[in-house]
Amino acid sequence: MYVAVKGGERAIENAHRLLAHERRGDRDVPEISLSQISEQLSLGVDRVMTEGSLYDRELAALAIKQARGDLIEAIFLVRAFRATLPRFGATEPVDTGAMQVRRRISSTFKDIPGGQVLGPTFDYTHRLLDPQLAGAGSPEAPATAEPLASMPRVTDILGRDGLIEPSPETDADAPVGDLTREPLSFPADRDLRLQNLARADEGFLLALGYSTQRGYGRSHPFAGEIRFGDVEVEFYAEDAGFAVPLGAMAMSECQMVNQFKGSATEAPCFTRGYGLAFGQSERKTMSMALVDRSLRARELEEEIKAPAQDEEFVMSHSDNVQATGFVEHLKLPHYVDFQSELGLLRKLRAEFFEAASEPLKEAAE
Amino acid sequence: MVTVAEMPAGFADKVLSAQSTFRSVMDAMARPGSVQRIHAVPGTPAPMMRGTAAIALTLFDHDTPVWLDKAMSATADVGKWLKFHTSAPVIADSAASAFALVGNPHDIPPLDRLALGSNEYPDRSTTLIMQVDSLHAGPAWELIGPGIDGAAVLQATVPANLFDRLAINAVLFPRGIDVVLVHDDAVVAIPRTTRLAAHGA
Amino acid sequence: MNATAYNFAYLDEQTKRMIRRAILKAIAIPGYQVPFASREMPMPYGWGTGGVQVTAAILGPGDVLKVIDQGSDDTTNAISIRKFFARTAGVATTTSTGEATVIQTRHRIPEAPLHSGQVLVYQVPIPEPLRFLEPRETETRRMHALGEYGLMHVKLYEDIARFGHIATSYAYPVKVNARYVMDPSPTPKFDNPKMDDCPALQLFGAGREKRIYAIPPHTRVVSLDFEDHPFTRYRFDAPCALCGADDSYLDEIVTDDRGSRMFVCSDTDYCEGRQAAGHRGTESAAPHKESAHG
Ligand SMILES: [Zn+2]
Repeated sequence: MYVAVKGGERAIENAHRLLAHERRGDRDVPEISLSQISEQLSLGVDRVMTEGSLYDRELAALAIKQARGDLIEAIFLVRAFRATLPRFGATEPVDTGAMQVRRRISSTFKDIPGGQVLGPTFDYTHRLLDPQLAGAGSPEAPATAEPLASMPRVTDILGRDGLIEPSPETDADAPVGDLTREPLSFPADRDLRLQNLARADEGFLLALGYSTQRGYGRSHPFAGEIRFGDVEVEFYAEDAGFAVPLGAMAMSECQMVNQFKGSATEAPCFTRGYGLAFGQSERKTMSMALVDRSLRARELEEEIKAPAQDEEFVMSHSDNVQATGFVEHLKLPHYVDFQSELGLLRKLRAEFFEAASEPLKEAAE
Repeated sequence: MVTVAEMPAGFADKVLSAQSTFRSVMDAMARPGSVQRIHAVPGTPAPMMRGTAAIALTLFDHDTPVWLDKAMSATADVGKWLKFHTSAPVIADSAASAFALVGNPHDIPPLDRLALGSNEYPDRSTTLIMQVDSLHAGPAWELIGPGIDGAAVLQATVPANLFDRLAINAVLFPRGIDVVLVHDDAVVAIPRTTRLAAHGA
Repeated sequence: MNATAYNFAYLDEQTKRMIRRAILKAIAIPGYQVPFASREMPMPYGWGTGGVQVTAAILGPGDVLKVIDQGSDDTTNAISIRKFFARTAGVATTTSTGEATVIQTRHRIPEAPLHSGQVLVYQVPIPEPLRFLEPRETETRRMHALGEYGLMHVKLYEDIARFGHIATSYAYPVKVNARYVMDPSPTPKFDNPKMDDCPALQLFGAGREKRIYAIPPHTRVVSLDFEDHPFTRYRFDAPCALCGADDSYLDEIVTDDRGSRMFVCSDTDYCEGRQAAGHRGTESAAPHKESAHG
């Protein structure tokens, strides 16, 4: 006798209990705290905030803990939480020119007003595992310097002489698009593209940006400037009639200076690619800037032939929460469809062998 | 002038009233010509009927520009009530409206002055909400189309030329206008796929 | 960071309004995919977020909800979604097709005929029937706008040239109300005829792809075919081994590693209902059979 499988509900509950147990790990090891994650795994927290589209270090740390360190799962948790939050409006654009800079480098000029500020970077570290870090340590206090009053953006310096195109302006009164509130349609404007890229998977953007460097939509990029630091966020309150400061956010910005354009009627100038992210997310903003520039192919009248220039391709596949859901949904049962395919395949095979045996029959007759 | 305190109230239970109203409208749209009842009873600013008010509270918000006919905009009451309860912008350009509220069915604008959608996005079209004197008496109309098992008979006091004018839906499909008729707490939908049954052919 | 109290049926009211407006337009334009601003749900994309959002937007306290996956109420994802609504909306749930007012499904249409008080909500992974012929949304949207479906017919005809049959066994495209070509979601083509002239309202939700579409009751739904190669419904010749039904869609169950197989109804409610009514198959729980089959 055959008895159909039952008890799925119990199985799910047991699996979740086991998951909670595994998440905790060995109970003799002290439990990790949210502040430990936030302070000591801070770049992971930055990534979760950026791709989760929610600036909240504590929630991002909680998500990382709950996700057992799986950052895409953590991003998913943050996104699902964010989706239920009430919305009060949009902030004023942040002024990264007024950023309290903690790191700022340019690869286009040897020296610039405000100077090159290396800041906290892996750059020039020798990637040698440090056995001392395996234990507890107390690193030296960092050297301090007076913060510089003025640190103009390199693109603004270039822009003063018209050497780089002005930042493409949209009508100030036009509402900024929001792809979390409006279904996306193509062609998509740059505000939506940048939003999509800001939320996009870092690895996906990294690979696409890399592909442009290898000739799939080459854009001759120079890292005009990369800066990381704190910016003030303001919200225009209609009741009050003025912008109310909400506080400071740590952000990274990358401005790529790219392939110039020009025509008989237009003086040649460099073009822009832009990247912006929460926290210190340098790889993300650099990749984003490369892909932003390549997605501007349509407006810059470049031939669209590489994946990174194809906005439908990029925007439809950049979101890791969507991608992981759909890839992983293949583990859900599909046996009804499989049965349908199996039946069809058996039928086609039977017909194939029948047809193959016919010439033999004819020969025997 | 109506102050906020004097403003007719919205739903007592926003969540469940909106849900039950939506189901009535959904059933109406899914079964053209059938009369559905709206059970939630909000306050109403004249000349808005309670069915219309319930639909507005259920479907309107700041993303849905609303156009009002002369009857609805005769005083500022309807516009104020809509703004207070739904945040829906009341606009003068009917062609940009998500919803058009018609208090006088004999004075509807030419349908091509409403949003008809595009062939690519036929959903970007106006839903016309029209108040009528009766949805159980008056001339009988025999309707066919998706949602209707065979033919449906609608008895309603709608303008005699309404269906002539809705013939635009057959010509333009998938573009078109979807109509919701309201009388008191009763609703009937005439989506763009509904046609008058041909007779005597 | 308090435990957040979520709204009835989880979604906030603004989101429900947006989805409800999309549903009404979907019903008004049968088979047309209405774009909607799908929200991030607390379950992964591809696991029914579109169906869940549609269900959440229509569900009321008086509803009786049934959730099936692969035809069964007891598959893990069906259980998970049913629990989600039992918890967030407090609705009554059932496994009975006849008693349900709202049925959310993945990959099957129940065997028992649906009635006019019911809404069938499909979970849809890829709503665009032309997507695998033309990956670009801008192109497929133009084809739908013009009602230009030659590409689909070419594909189906190439199947015939190659295999002698249309080699699509699930997600078999249909034409709705003689206008839009529509993806029925990955249901087996066995289920396609049930969509035609169905008394229940059929709603389709694709969360990741952000589309909602609908088939109103009593709407003409035709599976695409050719005069010389008409649509055929595929089914095994065997009856169900548990209830003896010869009119239901069957799951194949591998019973040992020597190639033994049996076939049982995919629709567990239908199968159990028949067994309760006294119908028997070869593997039914009769004592002598039990020993015969170990
Ligand atoms: Zn059976």
